[in-house]
Amino acid sequence: MTDYKYIGKRSVRIDGLAKVTCTAQYTDDLEFGPNLLHIAVLSSPYAHARILSIDTSEAESIPGVKAVISGRDFSQKFGLYLKDHSIFPADRVRYVGEQVAAVVATSEKIAKTAIKKIKVDYEPLQNVQCALDAIKKDAILIHPDLGNYEVVPWLYPQAGTNIGHIRKIRKGNIEKAFAEADYILEDQYHVPHVVHAPLENHIAVALYDYEGRLTMWNSTQSPHTQRNILASCLKIPHKNVRIIAPYVGGGFGGKAGISMEVIAAVAALKVQGHYVKLRWNRKEEFENSSQRQELFAKIKMGVKKDGTIVALRHKLFWDVGSSAEYGSNVVNATGFSAIGPYNIPNVHIDSYAIYTNRPPCGAYRGFGYSEFHFGLESHIDRIAKKLNIDAVEFRKKNAIKRGDKVAYGVEMGPTGLMECIEKVAKKIEWGKETKSDDPDKIRAKGFSIVWKAPAMPPNESSAAFLKFSEDGSINILVSGMELGQGYLTSMAKIAAEELSIPLEKIRVEHPDTDRNPYEWQTVASHTTWSSGNAVRKAAIEAKNRIFDTVSRALHYPKEALYLEDEKVKCKEDSKFELPLRDFVINGIQMKDGTFRGGPIMGTGIFMPEFSSAKVNPETGQGGYPNVHYTTGAGAVEIEIDKKTGRIKVLKMAEAFDGGKILNPELAEGQIIGGFMQGLGTALWEEVKFDENGKILNPNFTDYKIPTALETPDEMYPIFVEVPQPDGPYGARGIGEHTMIPVMPAVGNAIANGLGIRLKEVPFTPEKILDALEEKGK
Amino acid sequence: MKREITFTLNDDIVSVYVESDEKLLDVLRYKLGIKSPKQGCGRGECGSCSVLLNGKSVRSCIIYAVEIDGQKIETLEGIQKNGITKLQRSFVEHNAFQCGFCASGVTITMTEFLRKNPYPKIAEIKEALSGNLCRCTGYKSIVDAIADATKEGE
Repeated sequence: MTDYKYIGKRSVRIDGLAKVTCTAQYTDDLEFGPNLLHIAVLSSPYAHARILSIDTSEAESIPGVKAVISGRDFSQKFGLYLKDHSIFPADRVRYVGEQVAAVVATSEKIAKTAIKKIKVDYEPLQNVQCALDAIKKDAILIHPDLGNYEVVPWLYPQAGTNIGHIRKIRKGNIEKAFAEADYILEDQYHVPHVVHAPLENHIAVALYDYEGRLTMWNSTQSPHTQRNILASCLKIPHKNVRIIAPYVGGGFGGKAGISMEVIAAVAALKVQGHYVKLRWNRKEEFENSSQRQELFAKIKMGVKKDGTIVALRHKLFWDVGSSAEYGSNVVNATGFSAIGPYNIPNVHIDSYAIYTNRPPCGAYRGFGYSEFHFGLESHIDRIAKKLNIDAVEFRKKNAIKRGDKVAYGVEMGPTGLMECIEKVAKKIEWGKETKSDDPDKIRAKGFSIVWKAPAMPPNESSAAFLKFSEDGSINILVSGMELGQGYLTSMAKIAAEELSIPLEKIRVEHPDTDRNPYEWQTVASHTTWSSGNAVRKAAIEAKNRIFDTVSRALHYPKEALYLEDEKVKCKEDSKFELPLRDFVINGIQMKDGTFRGGPIMGTGIFMPEFSSAKVNPETGQGGYPNVHYTTGAGAVEIEIDKKTGRIKVLKMAEAFDGGKILNPELAEGQIIGGFMQGLGTALWEEVKFDENGKILNPNFTDYKIPTALETPDEMYPIFVEVPQPDGPYGARGIGEHTMIPVMPAVGNAIANGLGIRLKEVPFTPEKILDALEEKGK
Repeated sequence: MKREITFTLNDDIVSVYVESDEKLLDVLRYKLGIKSPKQGCGRGECGSCSVLLNGKSVRSCIIYAVEIDGQKIETLEGIQKNGITKLQRSFVEHNAFQCGFCASGVTITMTEFLRKNPYPKIAEIKEALSGNLCRCTGYKSIVDAIADATKEGE
């Protein structure tokens, strides 16, 4: 084991003080002066309707109104992977809450008054609220022009249907394997829509100035991706689109890509020279940012008597809502990975992106893996029980190992999955029964294992600039986003380790696309790995320049130089030490009075050059779509009140193989936070729609997210470190993975405790009591 | 209708013209430059906008500004004006927050709570914290930080 000074060591986060003192500025904390204009948006009351006419004349006549915009002005299509989303719809609305028009006015109040004066004549159309209805042959088409949309080459929209994409995997001989299996279990599982619910709603401020530059301040995970989408959609040169990303008050995937920011951008185009602000209220955040897609999963699994899994047919019917511009990649990614962390020789996967008249769906922490693991890991427990094999032993028997072939034929990389399983089983005291003193309360344990790969285009990339100042402190310019996960601290630690500089002397700057170099997006749990590699390279380049300067000026051999405690030292001359602050800007003075050197800087880039999305569309074979998998395990001990149906989690343990954990304390925070977010989706969270697509619970009174009272008394985050060969110090991501085990682990605990199998989350008291009643009959 | 209100804000007397339907949160943020209370829900559900009104924590997003005429308001800016508090230092040391958006509201709620109950039990901390939503941390780091800052005998 390499002995590191900063990597893997506990420390306080470098943005901690800023956050605790509210020095950290979020977008709405920035001042734009008294001339700031405000935007209000008129949203569609219909889930599906033709727009026959829009009359904005009365709204325009209200004093203080500067502009009214709609699909007549800006109906361009945009999208990350599939351009199916309109800035404003020109012809039809596709979900309740869709932006139909917007008013720019001198105050929020005037803007909100004015939108009520916009008259829209709609012709309601039949709407589709369920993915399983939307794929029927006679279903009304939500995107009749689907065949004409621009799309990346690795997605396959099916023109003339409501299917935005199908990812197919064919491996081995599924029919033969099922014929030879000793036991087959086939069933369906359902995971409804949930929302990200960051505490900070979406917000965007825009300025289109007289130089023709569009500058935006957005709460976003994706500044460069937003710049690219806006530049190409609005036909503005990239150099003239600038995205500044202040602190973000929670993202969880909901602020990945682009959504409402397009409205602020085009509003700014209409009122050149004025700052304009658009901020969603909580209801708008529910209705019109993005949601997690709903999943109907059909699983058929075949096993041998000895517990060997031989075949899996996994059909995933994803409700991506009215837009698959981002969600199509969730469908794609899970299609490649829906075998879970198992070695299965015969596989048949169909993953469908299905349009419905519901809000657009997209990235959500876990990127679809939480949803399919619920069904798969429930199924695994049921099969183990049928075979009379312990659920943990069954998992260990079938767990994927390094060198096994994943569903698309590539070899599995290094994984500490087995160690994760063992450590979690030990911590949760698997096999040891616990009992409540109260006869109405049943205690039980549930287990689950997981994997997840970053879902990225094969040419995603990260870049970093690093520069020294006179006192030997450094500023690192990157475009990854601090969402709370600890990105800034991780990047600082990497530079600290390479350059032997304490964390207090390192600043990591928030993205500004004019100044900071490229980062694809802060998603996919990939920034520690990808951006971390770029920062490490930048630090190594700076280090080389330091050695080069010292070597040229003082004639020490370059290869004998090293850095320690902010000084350059030499292996061949133990007396030599030169503080970095003495020369990193001003150079080293020679005897003749001249100087050598100059400002020390470093640059670094990273792109996974081995990745390829080019696969056979019928089999999914032939490419390298996923760069690596992070594996892990999770378990809970719960107490169920048979009288009320309420569930309390007493204890949880989760272990993940992070390759190398750069910040143990912050990584533990990811496990605890991800677990609680997962627990919300297991026990309480579900977006409720009426039959016409209206959300019934768009607030925190009716949509419950976990509070401090729901936290288990015992929480055990565990790390396993099997290095990722191409990760910085061996690191790979763990941020999203932490919420994946929760739904199935809780479901399995309920089954173990009560003998009832719930195949739909959330596990509300009502469902528990209904199932108990059914069982008692 | 506009009217002038005068109140104590972090020990200073301030006067400001407000509309009859204007919320305290908006007046603090957009007219008085007090940015620590945040808008999370606009309905008093999440606690991000908490401020102290005559020493009691309230949700400034559902209080009309006209109601605070003659009253005393304290925000995070006031609480930390003589340097960061022991509680805040503990938040830093425990990496209590992730995105940080809820930090001000949590600090306000806990400031009031700890004035009444300086040495709370863990269950009491959880109970007191349960009106402040945090989506990132799972609360453990926040609870640990509060518990550490309020250890008996310190």
